Amino acid sequence: MMKGLKKWRLLSLLAVLTVFLAGCGQQELSTLLPAGQVGKDQFKLLMLASGIMLLVIIVVVVIYVLALIRFGRKKRGEDFIPEQTEGSQKLELIWTIIPIILITILAVPTVYYTYKLGDVKAMEEVDDDGNAKHLVVDVTAKLYWWEFGYPDLGIVTAQELVVPTDEKVYFNLKAADVKHSFWIPAVGGKLDTNVENLNKFYLTFDQESKDLKDGVFYGKCAELCGPSHSLMDFKVKTLPRDDFNTWVKNMKATADKTEVANADGEEVFKSSCIGCHANSGVGDSGAQGPNLAAFGDRNRVAGFIEHDKEHLKEWIKNPQKLKPGNKMPSFEDQLSDQEIDDLAEYLLGLSVEQ
Amino acid sequence: MSSVAQKRSFGAAFWDWMTTVDHKKIGILYLIGGGFFFVLGGIEAMLIRIQLLQPNNDFVSAGLYNDLITMHGTTMIFLAAMPILFGFMNYIMPLQIGARDVAFPFINSLGFWMFFFGGLFLNISWFLGQVPDAGWTSYASLSIASPGHGIDFYAIGLQIAGGGTLMAGINFLVTIINMRAPGMTYMRMPLFTWTTFVASAMILFAFPPLTVGLFFLTFDRMFGANFFDHTMGGNTIIWEHIFWIFGHPEVYILILPAFGIFSEIFPIFSRKRLFGYPAMVFATVLIGFLGFMVWAHHMFTVGLGPTANAIFAVATMAIAVPTGVKIFNWLLTIWGGSIRVTTPMLYALGFIPSFVMGGVTGVMQGAAPLDYQLHDSYFIVAHFHYVIVGGVVLAILGGLHLYWPKMFGTMLNEALGKITFIFFFVGFHCTFLIQHWLGFWGMPRRVWTYMDGQGWNTANVISSVGALLMAIGVIVLVINIIMTVAKNERIGNDPWGDGRTLEWAIPSPPPFYNFTATPLVRGLDTVWIEKSEGNMTGLTPAEPITDIHMPNGSIIPFLMTFGLFVAGFGAMFHQETSWGLPVLIFGLAWTFVAMAARSLKDDLGFHVTKEQIQRDVDNASKGGRI
Repeated sequence: MMKGLKKWRLLSLLAVLTVFLAGCGQQELSTLLPAGQVGKDQFKLLMLASGIMLLVIIVVVVIYVLALIRFGRKKRGEDFIPEQTEGSQKLELIWTIIPIILITILAVPTVYYTYKLGDVKAMEEVDDDGNAKHLVVDVTAKLYWWEFGYPDLGIVTAQELVVPTDEKVYFNLKAADVKHSFWIPAVGGKLDTNVENLNKFYLTFDQESKDLKDGVFYGKCAELCGPSHSLMDFKVKTLPRDDFNTWVKNMKATADKTEVANADGEEVFKSSCIGCHANSGVGDSGAQGPNLAAFGDRNRVAGFIEHDKEHLKEWIKNPQKLKPGNKMPSFEDQLSDQEIDDLAEYLLGLSVEQ
Repeated sequence: MSSVAQKRSFGAAFWDWMTTVDHKKIGILYLIGGGFFFVLGGIEAMLIRIQLLQPNNDFVSAGLYNDLITMHGTTMIFLAAMPILFGFMNYIMPLQIGARDVAFPFINSLGFWMFFFGGLFLNISWFLGQVPDAGWTSYASLSIASPGHGIDFYAIGLQIAGGGTLMAGINFLVTIINMRAPGMTYMRMPLFTWTTFVASAMILFAFPPLTVGLFFLTFDRMFGANFFDHTMGGNTIIWEHIFWIFGHPEVYILILPAFGIFSEIFPIFSRKRLFGYPAMVFATVLIGFLGFMVWAHHMFTVGLGPTANAIFAVATMAIAVPTGVKIFNWLLTIWGGSIRVTTPMLYALGFIPSFVMGGVTGVMQGAAPLDYQLHDSYFIVAHFHYVIVGGVVLAILGGLHLYWPKMFGTMLNEALGKITFIFFFVGFHCTFLIQHWLGFWGMPRRVWTYMDGQGWNTANVISSVGALLMAIGVIVLVINIIMTVAKNERIGNDPWGDGRTLEWAIPSPPPFYNFTATPLVRGLDTVWIEKSEGNMTGLTPAEPITDIHMPNGSIIPFLMTFGLFVAGFGAMFHQETSWGLPVLIFGLAWTFVAMAARSLKDDLGFHVTKEQIQRDVDNASKGGRI
């Protein structure tokens, strides 16, 4: 009976907490509205931890307020000398043991989830034909953009991660220059991209991104990496498996795509941009600049600027002004206005989704 | 050297402060130096909050913003919080244990000047326009890649200041071990002395790793070593380990003395001895110990693997137990007492809920999988400000009001003190509470600006307004200090009326030799015991008045440090200028000459005669000042 009552109390506390915590925040970005198993597990842990911690705060504040109300000097008289209590073994034992119990309650799921979320054994698994069983994405963080390679599929993209829903997606993370950290708040916790080794983890995407405000989840760089650290955003598009397969097929087709939105722009691209940027999604990671194969489908220019012709032209003209410290030179003086205009039109026409 | 009060010229007074080896004067120097850097760090914080007031703001540039966050963090931790606490330790701890000075007065002075010149060195970077910009943690891949001399300023400046800290720590340790008055057993030491002791022991073990790390960093940047360059076989994660093996204990080096100050405030203003004293001592030592075991919880997302993460997660959570014991013991100290809400007590009372909130979010981050979401987000910013401001800064402000009368013989204005508290406290919660949610909503820390439409705008406005309130609180405090100094109303030995430890039984400010006769300690809260047994002086001498041996002042610590300061510039510019190398050699030679002078010249100090002391005592009994 007592136990049932306590459970009920805890549950209602957690319910209140959920409302309290999840009240605000945006679906494409908030850790409080998790859209995948990893994020959900972390959210469960957050609820449990907040519940316990709120309980502690409440107990402390209640004792504290009672003490203040009851033992004010005005109430007890200027000359009152309280008893000089040395301590109480019983009480001190209580507030040693109770925290240990509370921490054990938190520690058990912590250890469980640490191993669960760190389990990447399935990454190497192959089926009978030798094909990888699970989707593996190589993430390379660079100043200040993200490259996403799909080694088993032979394609590569940048700034916008495209993944299938409802299955584990495994990630290989590394940094090409300085340390960054890969974080998609709404989907699951972050992992650093180090310069000297590969980090591995997985995420699950349960929700299709097309219903979100911008049609994408927001991704962030969480580790200070230089002046434009705060502008090192990326976006995540989640598709049902069939649509994802179509996307992969289309990406593979970008290698021999003949029809372009602006042929003059393509010429400009070939003479000025192709040294750093690829316009074909087929290939390996390791390019100097972001792969622009599906640029027209993206949500933002450079990860954070509005995706339209004017902003794209502004970016090409002077990327240093918008994203200080990035590696792209400014083309204001190298290309004529007409050339930039053609180039922008060409780039915005690079699409695999239409 | 004499205790006879005399009017002196400004020059003589200035010389006196430059050469002093008196722990009390050095304590005040630490307070002034730390206070200066605190204001500097505060201004940097305000600029940060102005920049984040609205999305896409361009009040400061991206590069300058990173300079600001780096210098704000570095300044507040190394040049403000720690030195101010050292100020209290220096001034109060020897008085609490009935000592006449610290064990090594010369080294004490050297430690101060090294902190001060190290801080100066760091901040001169602003004038050269090459400011540290890799965050206060200076993670290696970024700090190695950082152009200009910013990171060199960081590495050399902190090396000099860190040396000073290490000296201060060793000095306090030896003082507490060796210089306690008769009867002052370990289990009779006031809690502030205990926390000074444990914090000093932590300094002893935590600062050498920092020294090594900074040494590696300096050599990588200046002499082409490859400790952290992964393309040459180095490893940047090593820096993270080294930094946090120092950096995690560092936060306990800050918070333990803060706990000590609160453990003094609660009993005084509740008129009740500290509840569970032995448990408090044990908890302090345990926190000090565990502080070294958990550094990797700053690195859960580095990719150490689930086993390391699980071990460090559980170890981290364990710290909550001794900390919880402390909180409840404080609560039981005021429970059943006679609570008088003075300004220091207000800070102590404000501390409990604030720090508990900071502590529990620490446990939340200790849950590694949850930390994957929280790490490097604004939640972290909120957490550590709740701990550092809600714990350390409140202790500093409370301690300042508590000990000001003892240090300067005048009382800070209580009404203004309470106004400061209200502005600061409200501003503090307003600034940082909302940042927990900013973290939940996906805002990473150390962002120069943010895009509109991510739901962060209002919260950032609230946060910036709170920072303004805190600034107003600090300004009121400065006004209070100026007014108090100008009015100069003298007060007695025990201005709060319920002083319990030795420092409250001697004049305010104490004579330079502290105690006319070494006191006899008969239990915890010595002065309280003496008073409750009818001895209204609060002191029983352990010996008759005798001649006292005191050290002479010396300019050598200042000169030694100045040499290091000069050598720092030489080291920094030795590659691109022709004068760099000569200056480096000259600076080091200067330091070595000063050291030699110290070694070769016998300085035996001087004696204060017992007649002189007797005159002071008689004078004091007639109402005069010692």
